[in-house]
Amino acid sequence: MKLSFSTEDEQFRVEVATWLKDNLVGEFEQLKFRGGPGDEHMFPEERKKWEQKLASGGWTCVGWPKEDGGRGCSIEQQVIFHEEYARSGAPGHVGHIGEGLAGPTIIAFGSDDQKKKYLPGIVAGTQLWCQGYSEPGAGSDLANVKTKARFVEDSSVKGGGKWVINGQKVWTSLAHESDYVFVIARTDPDSIKHKGLGFFLMKMDQPGIDVRGIEQLTGTSEFNEVFFDDAECDATDIVGKPGDGWKVAMGLLGFERGVSTLGQQMQFQNELNQIIEIAKENGTSNDPTIRQRIAKAHEGLKIMRYNSMRTLSSDAAAGALQKEALMYKLYWATWHRDLGELAMDVMGAECEILEGGPYDLTRLQSMYLFVRSDTIYGGTNQIQRNIIAERGLGMPREPKIAIKA
Amino acid sequence: MEFAFTEEQQMIRDTAESFFTDVSSSEAIREAMATPEGYNSELWQRICTELYFQAITIPEDFGGMGLGYVELVAVMEQMGRFVVCAPFFSTVCMASTALLMAANEDQQAEYFGKILEGETATLAFTSNGNFDARGVTATYKKDGDNFTVNGSYRYVIDGHTAQSLIIAAREEGTTGTDGIALFVLPANTAGVDATWLPTMDQTRKQAQLELTNVALTQTNLMRDNAADKLAQILDLATICLAAEQTGGAQQILDVTVDYMKERVQFERPIASFQSVKHKAADMMTKSEAARSGVYYAACIAQEALVDGPLAGELAEAASIVKANCSEAYFQNAGDGIQLHGGVGFTWEYDVHLYFKRAKATEHFLGNASYHRERLAGILLD
Repeated sequence: MKLSFSTEDEQFRVEVATWLKDNLVGEFEQLKFRGGPGDEHMFPEERKKWEQKLASGGWTCVGWPKEDGGRGCSIEQQVIFHEEYARSGAPGHVGHIGEGLAGPTIIAFGSDDQKKKYLPGIVAGTQLWCQGYSEPGAGSDLANVKTKARFVEDSSVKGGGKWVINGQKVWTSLAHESDYVFVIARTDPDSIKHKGLGFFLMKMDQPGIDVRGIEQLTGTSEFNEVFFDDAECDATDIVGKPGDGWKVAMGLLGFERGVSTLGQQMQFQNELNQIIEIAKENGTSNDPTIRQRIAKAHEGLKIMRYNSMRTLSSDAAAGALQKEALMYKLYWATWHRDLGELAMDVMGAECEILEGGPYDLTRLQSMYLFVRSDTIYGGTNQIQRNIIAERGLGMPREPKIAIKA
Repeated sequence: MEFAFTEEQQMIRDTAESFFTDVSSSEAIREAMATPEGYNSELWQRICTELYFQAITIPEDFGGMGLGYVELVAVMEQMGRFVVCAPFFSTVCMASTALLMAANEDQQAEYFGKILEGETATLAFTSNGNFDARGVTATYKKDGDNFTVNGSYRYVIDGHTAQSLIIAAREEGTTGTDGIALFVLPANTAGVDATWLPTMDQTRKQAQLELTNVALTQTNLMRDNAADKLAQILDLATICLAAEQTGGAQQILDVTVDYMKERVQFERPIASFQSVKHKAADMMTKSEAARSGVYYAACIAQEALVDGPLAGELAEAASIVKANCSEAYFQNAGDGIQLHGGVGFTWEYDVHLYFKRAKATEHFLGNASYHRERLAGILLD
């Protein structure tokens, strides 16, 4: 057991840091520390250009296999890349859903044609993706999706027809910026729960898809509602077979915890550093309770880092249940929510004063408000606790109670 | 990534687990804790001869195993799980660590030799519950090669049974971090008086030491101007204690979950109620976080031992894990009582052993607020 990296990996670190230092300049300077969670609405066009700049240096999809267009970096190198990326202040990836979720899913479960069609655009940073999972009636109970996919036969087109999708998705982040969406929808109308679902890759720019922003309590609209009204999907753009949707969707959830957690933590570190600076400036660094809370935040962040290192070091390939991975979402979301409160308490009365009108939040104000979603999306803290208790500790499920008609 | 036990480290961990499962039964703990010594000397001899765990960190040149802090932490985690009653923490984590960090070669040869043979030792430094230089109030007077030590020590782990003592004392008239020296001496040296202090946690004993005109020589002096060394020794011991807390936090979770799966109320195992599942999930989250932190600190401790590039993080790492694991263990133990219901309040069930050990370890070597203030000093001042 050790913490240090090899000499080759440290050389790689220098390579990453140097490239970022040389390229995060000029028109990209203004993007520093922008575009992360709670700030995703900022500079979308400029960040898309930055994504393409990254691609030109071979710095997108660094963890993907080389044959799929990635850089083929080892776990260690990916850790280093994410650390240096966040340390440099480089902006939130607009392409992160494609790189982190859609791409790995297509690589793992997609056909060769799907790989050829979709992976290059993700690697080049030219095509952005969003995720069509949650629905008004399928939040924590994701298997309850109602969106329907109907196959309409037509011998004149490739695949012998096309899929027609009807329904509604909600909480779709970046839908208004995206070129493609991946959707789970019911291929068997008589099925219930996780059976009878399909996983579809769809073009956003089509008459049957309508995107409406959800105005959040931040006053901004990173999240959207997406309406499907006879939206079309090529027969060749279903991942796996009809009925495989749940398996594919669950495989994808596995990609959500990985190396990218370390990049997220570096962003948390940037936020904590900013709070520490303010505390030193305004004298709250002398307040014993604030001192305790800042120390506790630092403690939690360090532990988060080594918890991720443990996850990455353990033998996941053997299919071993990783308890430290199971508890990670609950841990970081709760920690981040506390950090938001700490930020405001360090600022004191000044925390109320906006950057400008009518509702122009500072970065920390935005963070403080946005963290209230951290403990909800991607499985609420309550759902996380059920998962931990059932999968991590083998405790039985609650008995189901039928709803009275 | 190599942030995982090596095969050899895993083997040591597994050996400790199976041995302690076997020997540290509820009956064995209760028998040991009822005695003033607090441990069964036959069991201690088995740990020393069959496992040779007292030799873990002692260099091979002196006949030890020459292993490091990751291995020691792996053992301590298991000791914590099974509330092993043995003078291991005092002898190995405190005294051996002090000898490693601050003794000269002759002293190491002599005292490591004793420890390898199964003798016990401890470290005495504080008189007032400050677990840093402020706690050192015993004084020494230097006269050529001779030293006279006077003063008292409290909260000395196994202080009434240890066969060798390492003590911190300050030169008369000094304050703060100035003038602190470390000495090593046989516990039966004239003028040393040790009294057992009965404690709420009966599974690890504490003592009061009174030193009256104790005459020492240059051969006893490990190091003067030793405040920095003392701080390092305490940080290393702190990481061991946090490992023990991690093991305890894990075990109380496991025992509690097992109980809840058996216990039926309202015609269901109580483990199926969400309100208790969520509490158990929080307990698991705490115990996994504790483990991640402790393994990080173990690596830093090892770096400090060999003066590696990350050695400078020792104080920070020690404070992070002591603050975190103290809370994790105590909260898990408290929740353990609650989730056991009425039987958790009985003497018969073992939950209270963990609850009491948790509080004892929380305050020894500094509680969470002490360590967070230390971190705040690093971050803010």
